Amino acid sequence: MSDLYREYILDHYRNPRNHGTLDPNDATYEDTNPLCGDRIRIDLRLDGDRIVDIKFSGRGCAISQAATSMLTEMVEGKTIDEVKAISKDDLLEEIGIPLSPARIKCALLGLKVLKASAYGFHGWPGDE
Amino acid sequence: MSAIPSTASTSFDAVALRQQFPILRDPSLVYLDSAASSQKPEAVLQAMEQYYRHDYANVHRGVYALAERSTEAYDEARRRVASFFGAGSTAEIVFVRNTTEAINLVARTWGAANLKPGDIVVLSEMEHHSNLVPWQLVAAQTGAMLEFMSFDDDGLLRLKDLDRFLATSRVRLVSVCHVSNMLGTVNPIEEIIARAHNHGALVMLDGAQAAPHVAVNLAALGVDFYAASGHKMCGPMGSGLLYGRRELLEAMPPFLGGGDMIRVVGLRESTWADLPAKFEAGTPSVADAVGFGAACDYLAGLGMANVATHEHDLIEYAWGQLLELPELTAWGPPPERRSGAISFSMGGIHPHDIASILDEGGVCIRAGHHCTQPLHAHLGLDATARASFYVYNTRDDVDRLIDGLRRVRSIFGN
Repeated sequence: MSDLYREYILDHYRNPRNHGTLDPNDATYEDTNPLCGDRIRIDLRLDGDRIVDIKFSGRGCAISQAATSMLTEMVEGKTIDEVKAISKDDLLEEIGIPLSPARIKCALLGLKVLKASAYGFHGWPGDE
Repeated sequence: MSAIPSTASTSFDAVALRQQFPILRDPSLVYLDSAASSQKPEAVLQAMEQYYRHDYANVHRGVYALAERSTEAYDEARRRVASFFGAGSTAEIVFVRNTTEAINLVARTWGAANLKPGDIVVLSEMEHHSNLVPWQLVAAQTGAMLEFMSFDDDGLLRLKDLDRFLATSRVRLVSVCHVSNMLGTVNPIEEIIARAHNHGALVMLDGAQAAPHVAVNLAALGVDFYAASGHKMCGPMGSGLLYGRRELLEAMPPFLGGGDMIRVVGLRESTWADLPAKFEAGTPSVADAVGFGAACDYLAGLGMANVATHEHDLIEYAWGQLLELPELTAWGPPPERRSGAISFSMGGIHPHDIASILDEGGVCIRAGHHCTQPLHAHLGLDATARASFYVYNTRDDVDRLIDGLRRVRSIFGN
């Protein structure tokens, strides 16, 4: 089969976890990857500084959608400080597939949107 | 799938020709992204190496023999390019870095000097960003307006739009692609030139996707400006051409100022060099020009009629194979109206996923908007996958593409 498109990646793509929107929400942000037009929006509900609910929506390639689905599972119940501490490498390790430089941005788009939504950091994870 | 020999209906042997391109001697590589940039044959690489190893010095300055050899290499490159494109004179061939620079040159010199508020520049909805953005910039600067020819469901330009704009008598320039880099449409340029000239409008053609594939005779065509990129036609990156009719280039102000483009320089004012030096400020990229000249000779040696026949065979074969795949939509006109590239969509599978899976099998295609966002928006798309063909591709390459696409389908299921 494929090195990249492993069964768990395809499973997250076909059956995304925490997919949808939150209305009302405590924070929301949407961004695109200009390279490919992928679009991801993340809505958060917070209790103090703890993420109690998270939903994502948008469209894009299997890598960006699956990575964001996995990310939402990683951060549910975490505090903003814990989200700040999630590095590019933490997410790439969780995704666990050999991504080429061109595809790494697909995988990181969800984390970029999450950081903007959670604490207003606007930049690619890894540039912090 | 069994491969039909690529020589079946073509007049040259692409399998043997492939060996002239060092990077393609790797049999596992299927390069189907020549619309982005072509690979380079030995002849081009050797010409550039010969120049750097034996003929290198700055041009147009030294009186020593080596500098004269370098200048001669640069001038000879221009003669080769002019001859390949059928230009009336080398004075009409300006070396630029790429098609983008050529279009910017015209927009910023001819456009800035000639466009007035209310004037119209006609473009089309199938243009590459490089034939949109420079005109947006000059329109904002001059008050000129942009109008756009639409295209029909077959990806063919609606010439009725052009007629409607021309009827206003305010159109100063029509600038369109000769061949679309996304749809593959070969536009009816003779007809466009005739209609525009009939209404006193000039015509600029973006030939980036045409020059590699079809014979272009600029003098016979009667076009006013023509732009092309050497790197898409076997030449090096950094080489490109702007053709302009002599009287137009002579009347235009310079583009960049500096060395080489001047006749006499004073502290407060200067006069300009003759064509084409007037538009080539600073030390030129001579080795790239030499490589571009060698690429023109290489293609002329193959014969552009043979190149077109070979590619048409591949496109027809690929078109038939692609359309047999379930849920595949190929955009643009049928094979007889196209050249170069085929862009397609596969159900809801993202083009990046298609390209990544093909890459795992050594097949290189393009995925994205191909610098044609308005065109994709017209079709209601964000992105497409694009396979493009050139002289070194074979039916075997097409078969590998199709096998890869079947694998995409099996990974993503139905």
